[in-house]
Amino acid sequence: MRNAYIKAIYDLAKEDKNILALVADNGAIVFDQFRCDYPEQFINFGISEANMVSAAAGLANCGKIPFAYTIAGFITMRAFEQVRNDVCLQKQNVKLVGVGAGMRYSAQGPTHHATEDIAIMRVLPSMNIIVPASPREAYAATRWAAQINGPVYIRLEATNEPEIYEEDYEFQLGKGVILKDGGDITLVAAGSIIHDVLTAANKLMEKGIHARVINMPSIKPIDKDIIIEAAQETGKIITIEEHNVIGGLGSTVAEVLLENRCSVIAFKPMGLQDCFGKGYGSHAYIKTKNGLSPEQIIENCLKMIGTLY
Amino acid sequence: MREISDSTVEIVTEKARVIRRDIIEMLGKAGSGHTGGSLSAADIMACLYFWELNLDPLKPDWDGRDRFVLSKGHAAPVLYASLAERGFFPREQLGTLRKLGSPLQGHPDRKKLAGVEASTGSLGQGISWAVGMGLAGKIDAAPYRVYALLGDGELEEGMVWEAVMAAAHYRLDNLVIIVDNNGLQIDGPIKKVMSPEPIADKFRAFGCETIAIDGHDPRAIMDALSCARQVSGKPTAIIAATVKGKGCSFMEDRPEWHGVTPNTDEVQRALAELG
Repeated sequence: MRNAYIKAIYDLAKEDKNILALVADNGAIVFDQFRCDYPEQFINFGISEANMVSAAAGLANCGKIPFAYTIAGFITMRAFEQVRNDVCLQKQNVKLVGVGAGMRYSAQGPTHHATEDIAIMRVLPSMNIIVPASPREAYAATRWAAQINGPVYIRLEATNEPEIYEEDYEFQLGKGVILKDGGDITLVAAGSIIHDVLTAANKLMEKGIHARVINMPSIKPIDKDIIIEAAQETGKIITIEEHNVIGGLGSTVAEVLLENRCSVIAFKPMGLQDCFGKGYGSHAYIKTKNGLSPEQIIENCLKMIGTLY
Repeated sequence: MREISDSTVEIVTEKARVIRRDIIEMLGKAGSGHTGGSLSAADIMACLYFWELNLDPLKPDWDGRDRFVLSKGHAAPVLYASLAERGFFPREQLGTLRKLGSPLQGHPDRKKLAGVEASTGSLGQGISWAVGMGLAGKIDAAPYRVYALLGDGELEEGMVWEAVMAAAHYRLDNLVIIVDNNGLQIDGPIKKVMSPEPIADKFRAFGCETIAIDGHDPRAIMDALSCARQVSGKPTAIIAATVKGKGCSFMEDRPEWHGVTPNTDEVQRALAELG
């Protein structure tokens, strides 16, 4: 996703000189081509996220379209008040791009995880939140973000996430995507964990259970219709996210269900159960350690179905 | 260097007097607000709005305008008085400060009032916004200049120094940082609460052309602003020594006037002193 973002910002910069790539000491190597070809459109703020975000607002106020990029936890948490006051309150055309979100920096430990970022960005009026699940989605979402006038948070992971879309995929704000249809249970996910969900869904099929899999790249605004429909048609919903279950995708889906009087039979949010990410190691290991492996998804599905049948 | 005639000094001095009267009157009517730090900045603001800034009140969003950011947003009354005096809105509106529905509220709101460049109030953020504007000006090779007025207590915010570092790093000679160095913050003297001293040395060390002046001497302020225009390759910091509550003897240098407004009698006394 990171490389897809860098490709997108490069292409955008080529098309519009007002597009700026802002970084906070994360430019090395990956931005080399950008820096070389568009030096005037690249600003390194050094290790100072707060200043980068407020300065981005000042740049946007003068007609620039700054994409402020750094580690997800740093841009959403270190600079939270700057995002609130200078970007959202004053509706400046600033795009925040967080990399390494969730527990993707699994070996770096919890100081480098971002497992509360969706929750705190969600409470900010005027903020749009995009959680791409694959490189193509990251590319499409970045290009989309440049077209709209207003704040966007793009939550990226890192590199080598498998692709789930065809080449012609177009991102649509406020739209979820059904990746696999099914009527027994619905699995809603955001981010690259969608692959674990698809793995789980395929294994469930071997057991004769048909799970609907929805990728939800647009967390704010959320696709209400796709959730309501899933509730009505499958009666069971599990959300899966690399984020605290408080305030993230699970909470968002739950709000939609309650607000719309959905007669959902069962609902379970999978994610960090009000804790920080545990353990150090590979991404797959960390996800398992924190209850987010395909096997654990399957187990939750079986429990939900078993208790109800 | 631009010539500063005696009549220019007279005009600016008179504007500062009117701005101070407006501040007292509007705060008296409002019954809440920041008096001391508005009065200390009146001479600086008069020099900016009636001599330095290239503005058109009829076209407040004109691309080529100079940008002024009140980073010490709580001194909103001095900004409102300056904008009204400069013709951005009718002076009568000053009486609506902090009243329901008025665009003149406790902190400047750029969405409500033309002429306000940035909604400020959370200290430290305005200077970064100004740095962003300065960077945009450089990228576009635009002729406009950017000014940020900071409080000296505000210098306790770490973010200020991130912004100053970036301004020097990117050689923003289109940016002028002015510190209203009145020496007091709400809890007392800045030196006792959390000293940012030595202020001028810090700005110098961070790479700014640094000028220390008497912030109540219009000629000195205008001289410093002129000097800043000659500086190349770095931002200018003007450390303006001021007196909190300047112009009203019973408010001067008293931290208790940071966030307190004058009652009816005090308004009359203050106006009598200001003339």
